[in-house]
Amino acid sequence: MASSLFDKVWQAHLVERIPKGPEVLYIDRHFIHEVTSPQAFADLEKRGLPVFRKQKIIATADHNVPTENQHLIIQEPLSRKQVETLSENCKKHQIELFALGHEYQGIVHVIGPELGLTLPGMTIVCGDSHTSTHGAFGAIAFGIGTSQVAMAMASQCILQSKPKQMRIRIEGKLKKGVTPKDVILYLISKMGTDGATGHFVEYSGNVFQQMSMEGRMTVCNMSIEMGAKGGMIAPDDTTFSYIRGRKFAPKGMEWERALSYWKSIYTDVNARFHKENCFDALDIEPMITYGTHPGMGIKISENIPVNTEDENYKKSLNYMGFQQGESLIGKSIDYVFIGSCTNARIEDLRLVARIVKDKKKAENLQAMIVPGSQQVARQACEEGLDHIFQAAGFEFRQAGCSACLGMNEDKIPSEAYCVSTSNRNFEGRQGPGARTLLASPMVAAITAIEGKIVDVSRYIEKMDLFN
Amino acid sequence: MKKFQRLISRAVPLPLENIDTDQIIPARFLKATTRENFGENLFRDWRYRADEQSREDFVLNNLNHTGEILLAGRNFGCGSSREHAAWALFDYGFRVVISSFFADIFKGNALNNGLLPVEISQGFLRELFHAVESDKSTLLCVDLEKETLQIAGTDRRESFSIDPYKKMCLLKGYDDIDFLISLKNKIESFEEKHPSFLSL
Repeated sequence: MASSLFDKVWQAHLVERIPKGPEVLYIDRHFIHEVTSPQAFADLEKRGLPVFRKQKIIATADHNVPTENQHLIIQEPLSRKQVETLSENCKKHQIELFALGHEYQGIVHVIGPELGLTLPGMTIVCGDSHTSTHGAFGAIAFGIGTSQVAMAMASQCILQSKPKQMRIRIEGKLKKGVTPKDVILYLISKMGTDGATGHFVEYSGNVFQQMSMEGRMTVCNMSIEMGAKGGMIAPDDTTFSYIRGRKFAPKGMEWERALSYWKSIYTDVNARFHKENCFDALDIEPMITYGTHPGMGIKISENIPVNTEDENYKKSLNYMGFQQGESLIGKSIDYVFIGSCTNARIEDLRLVARIVKDKKKAENLQAMIVPGSQQVARQACEEGLDHIFQAAGFEFRQAGCSACLGMNEDKIPSEAYCVSTSNRNFEGRQGPGARTLLASPMVAAITAIEGKIVDVSRYIEKMDLFN
Repeated sequence: MKKFQRLISRAVPLPLENIDTDQIIPARFLKATTRENFGENLFRDWRYRADEQSREDFVLNNLNHTGEILLAGRNFGCGSSREHAAWALFDYGFRVVISSFFADIFKGNALNNGLLPVEISQGFLRELFHAVESDKSTLLCVDLEKETLQIAGTDRRESFSIDPYKKMCLLKGYDDIDFLISLKNKIESFEEKHPSFLSL
């Protein structure tokens, strides 16, 4: 029977079926971080259970860490305790930890791929919904709750019903200045925030085939924002050359064996999906969100839609301080945040640097760039990007989740507008009362220079950024 | 995990859609290393103003509406995977959340914590909102064994479905770890056949 990439990977990890119940799925890689793991370790201890396969767990501290002065002790007592608890738990259970200050520390969904810990054909879980990022490599990767973190620690398996499958196909050539972030914001605006709930998505078509791994990660990262269990892209030569030679990637004969397996896990021509959605690349333009969920996105040059009936919609626009039917062009912005597991990789930083080089940020706003990992930060410095950012008046900080989620010190003040490269514009996500507009690193960088939302398509022509 | 079998209770109506887990429990309250006391900060920024004063217009601050059932609009629990959202609802005193649609991860987290997500049709949900808002003493009856939700004292009812395995866990108060541990031998023999390049 013809099967999909998802079917093939799922089938290869099936330990047991429960009659009329979920399936027992073996997990190859379990990433943990400080926020969603302490109660799981406590659960195990309470039951007197050991960690079953400690070598399959990789830990880092990212959500709750400061992005300045990381060499100093964490000031905030609760954050410090949480980060220290992770270190203690990892030490006790002999789990590999890339702690604050370690050369490999960073956002969990940035370090997994860059260290070669994320591989095609794997099953990957983490107590974080953006685990879907790793699907960019052709892995089944999804976020889990803390109870499931405990299950995975205790048995290296989780109980999971097999989700339905959806294919999203985009063919054609993207217009100049349209980035992977615009592609996924466009998809979410079309699908809605629950359009893929209950489904695992495979992205296919030449738009994704031509994307870099960084771009594919940005797309798969935000699969969860349309409700999907996860998203994945078939591994190809782009994938293999990204992985080859990375720290923990297979080497020698293991590499050859892995490669031949990875080449066999594509979706068969006649494979059936529960849903198929096709879009035309030419429909996609630089995007921005105007509301309080990621589905509320428009082309940057469009007006905010009019919908006078819906109370949820009115509440959302009221929170944002926007009017129905108005344009965002010309709106003054207070903060620009470039970072998060969606857009804090080296390719994102390079694009920002090309835009802001020899320019100054507008005086009315603060602009912050937070690299996704220590390795990204080092690479940026080696390429001299840090100087470009600083000369343009941007703060170039240390690795962490930062202002994506308003958990650490990096927060946006109440009622301030922030153009952010992160993944969620929920009420209060970046701090109580903060107003978030999600966009690509390119739109964020241009906004920082202009101090307001501008029609970037004209800007792109003028700057001749993309030849 | 606490058992759940049947509940008759009033319901608290929160007729908003797409209630994400950042609203249920904002990230700045996720710094604890235990599971306790998250109820204090349930819907924190909807319940309290920045100066800590209660927002009178939010339903949890309206003493006329109480109960162990939360009634909410579609796509409840979207966004972050934080299980703290389920802990906060449970700790506050809710045992059931009724909506016409739940986000996947939230639904799983709720079920793993003895909080029953009851998914019903959009039409019946509207009817329940109307019933509860027009008569605050309306009682709803949730029967897990029969998989039914009924407006008590009326013939208005709808059935809901739940994964049979999770239903058994809730009825008996079992959880998944006990089950997975019992499969240890099967897991070990699976590992022996699993490709080594996936088992680094």
